[in-house]
Amino acid sequence: MAALPPYASTGQKLWYWGFRLICALIFFFLIFPLLIIIPLSFNSLPYFTFTPEMLAFEAGAYSLVNYNDFFTNSDWQNALYNSVRIAPVATLLSVSLGTLAAIGLSQSHVPFRGVIMAVLISPMIVPLIISAAGMYFFYSRIGLQGTYVGVVLAHAALGIPFVIITVTATLVGFDRSLTRASANLGANPVRTFFKVQAPLILPGVISGGLFAFITSFDEVVVVLFVGSAGQKTLPWQMFTGLREQISPTILAVATILVVVSVGLLTTVELLRRRSERLRGMSPQ
Amino acid sequence: MQRGMMANGENATGLILAADGRPLKQSLARALRLQKLRALALIAPLLIFILVTFAAPIADMLFRSVENSIVPDTLPLTVQALADWDETSGEPPGEAVFVALHQDLLAAVAAKAHTRVGSRLNYEKTGLASLLRKTGRRVKRMAEDGNLAAQFAKIHKDWVNPEIWAVIKRFSGNYTSGYFLNSIDTRLGADGIEAKPENERIYIFLFERTLLLSVAITVACLLIGYPVAFLLATLPMRTSNVLMILVLLPFWTSLLVRTSAWKVLLQQQGVINDTLVFLGLIADDARLAMINNQTGTIIAMTHILLPFMILPLYSVMRTIPPSYMRAARSLGATDWTAFWRVYFPQSVPGIGAGAILVFILAIGYYITPELVGGTSGTFISNRIAYHISSSLNWGLAAALGVILLVVVLLLYWLYDKIIGIDNVKLG
Repeated sequence: MAALPPYASTGQKLWYWGFRLICALIFFFLIFPLLIIIPLSFNSLPYFTFTPEMLAFEAGAYSLVNYNDFFTNSDWQNALYNSVRIAPVATLLSVSLGTLAAIGLSQSHVPFRGVIMAVLISPMIVPLIISAAGMYFFYSRIGLQGTYVGVVLAHAALGIPFVIITVTATLVGFDRSLTRASANLGANPVRTFFKVQAPLILPGVISGGLFAFITSFDEVVVVLFVGSAGQKTLPWQMFTGLREQISPTILAVATILVVVSVGLLTTVELLRRRSERLRGMSPQ
Repeated sequence: MQRGMMANGENATGLILAADGRPLKQSLARALRLQKLRALALIAPLLIFILVTFAAPIADMLFRSVENSIVPDTLPLTVQALADWDETSGEPPGEAVFVALHQDLLAAVAAKAHTRVGSRLNYEKTGLASLLRKTGRRVKRMAEDGNLAAQFAKIHKDWVNPEIWAVIKRFSGNYTSGYFLNSIDTRLGADGIEAKPENERIYIFLFERTLLLSVAITVACLLIGYPVAFLLATLPMRTSNVLMILVLLPFWTSLLVRTSAWKVLLQQQGVINDTLVFLGLIADDARLAMINNQTGTIIAMTHILLPFMILPLYSVMRTIPPSYMRAARSLGATDWTAFWRVYFPQSVPGIGAGAILVFILAIGYYITPELVGGTSGTFISNRIAYHISSSLNWGLAAALGVILLVVVLLLYWLYDKIIGIDNVKLG
């Protein structure tokens, strides 16, 4: 679908623009639900639709009442606190263990590589409800059900496949002669790792970490089962809100989360470009 | 140490030697072993972590789906005494079994375990829970006068019903197939496996609905994902990178945010219905019911899973050289023939990857069907959650989970065969 040639027939022109119109509609479908909640979250009345006053752009129809509720309501603040307490620790666990393992997996001779890889990726493949059920059964046996540690361990396990995938992807393009050169110049393995290898794989590690973070931060199924009221996270609070008493505060929270994901997406994209530039893989 | 080294590094037997005098082969093997050990040492902490936090729970679930030790543990003497009873005789068991039952129940009531064994047996035969509860209340007042059978019969006539005893005997082992049979709408009757009565069948129907809705979602994702991936793959890199943001932003946005957005949009008083009424397309009293039914599940899940279809399709389509289509056209093919006979076959691996990925994700979805599916748009996972947290029938939840897991693993294996797990790309 390159540019339309000047000799295109009417049918071809029609198809060319028709196809673009269809694609525009699909893009609209993808992005519209995310955008529509932003203006709705500023509704001064507790409705989930545009009031006539809002459509007339009257100043009084818009207000920060939903945001105010989010920042003052203790339920939401507790949930935010729990999310912030769980996700970074789980991320740290998955990133540190996952990076080590990804370096191990990228060596040239690893016995049972396929099996190990399959096991490490499995938390991403197994449906969340099954992981949640299994963890609920097993963690209640060993006394971790309903504890902070249990939720952190469960979330770390769910984040690991993302770290493994992104870090191994960075290591695939890694030039082994760099470590050999470093060793040749007298650096010991630890120094080689920190001075040569680490800076090169860092973008992969950070984007893996971001994936792990968002996995934990957005996760609701496992925490519903493994956690108890004391570990109620932001998604859990949203889930309860949506299921039981749907309050417009959810729209404010959703808007804040959309802004957060725009930030994350930008970071990951910048990191990916930096990594490709560092390794000389892409000219852009 | 090898002795008698020759000048060119070979000894008398013709082996090549390394600098330290060992045979080169041995030296190499040693280096390789060290390398393997180092790699494994790096992997080991994570592997142990995953085995404990993730693999063990899955194994526990497998175990729970067949575990039945509650019956032989709570009623050990009864189970033993029942072994001699012939369930085909049509007669209730003899006094010895009732003596054993009396003993077992006394111990069970003291440990408050009789209600739990009652609920376990109730899954197989309704009424056993209340029977055991009722008997448990009176068992202390019974006299061991050699006529326990009659006393039990006085509490409830079911105790002299051979059918009840047959059920207890059938489910007295340490392991049971009962949960799995239950999850495919069958049960272990007197003459082996039999179908449940029509009005109790639910799980086959739920599995079918899960599969059908997942197929519908996959097809919808493919139909609307293919044109977008095609456009992104054929546009110049700069433009497509910008448009890609529109695909990646929903991908990065919280699932709960997207689900709440759909909940808001699809409501009877929601934005879509309001717009349609405003445009005069539907009457105010005939607003469309798009939520809390299958339509809601399909729309919301198609939106949520669409990026998982577009991204693999895009990465395959990027590799198809545009010159092939031009060549086909210059050889006289129409636009459609060039696409269908040349481009489309090369994009099939992407279709396979995307379709399997979307299907695997869809089949195990819980949150979205729970929130927008109502009663007609829920999946088997909603039933699993229900059994864990509401009905507390963990064995059945585990059995349903195992069946779902097997289906997903089969698809995963297929995915690995076609695309390879190493080729999974993110973002």
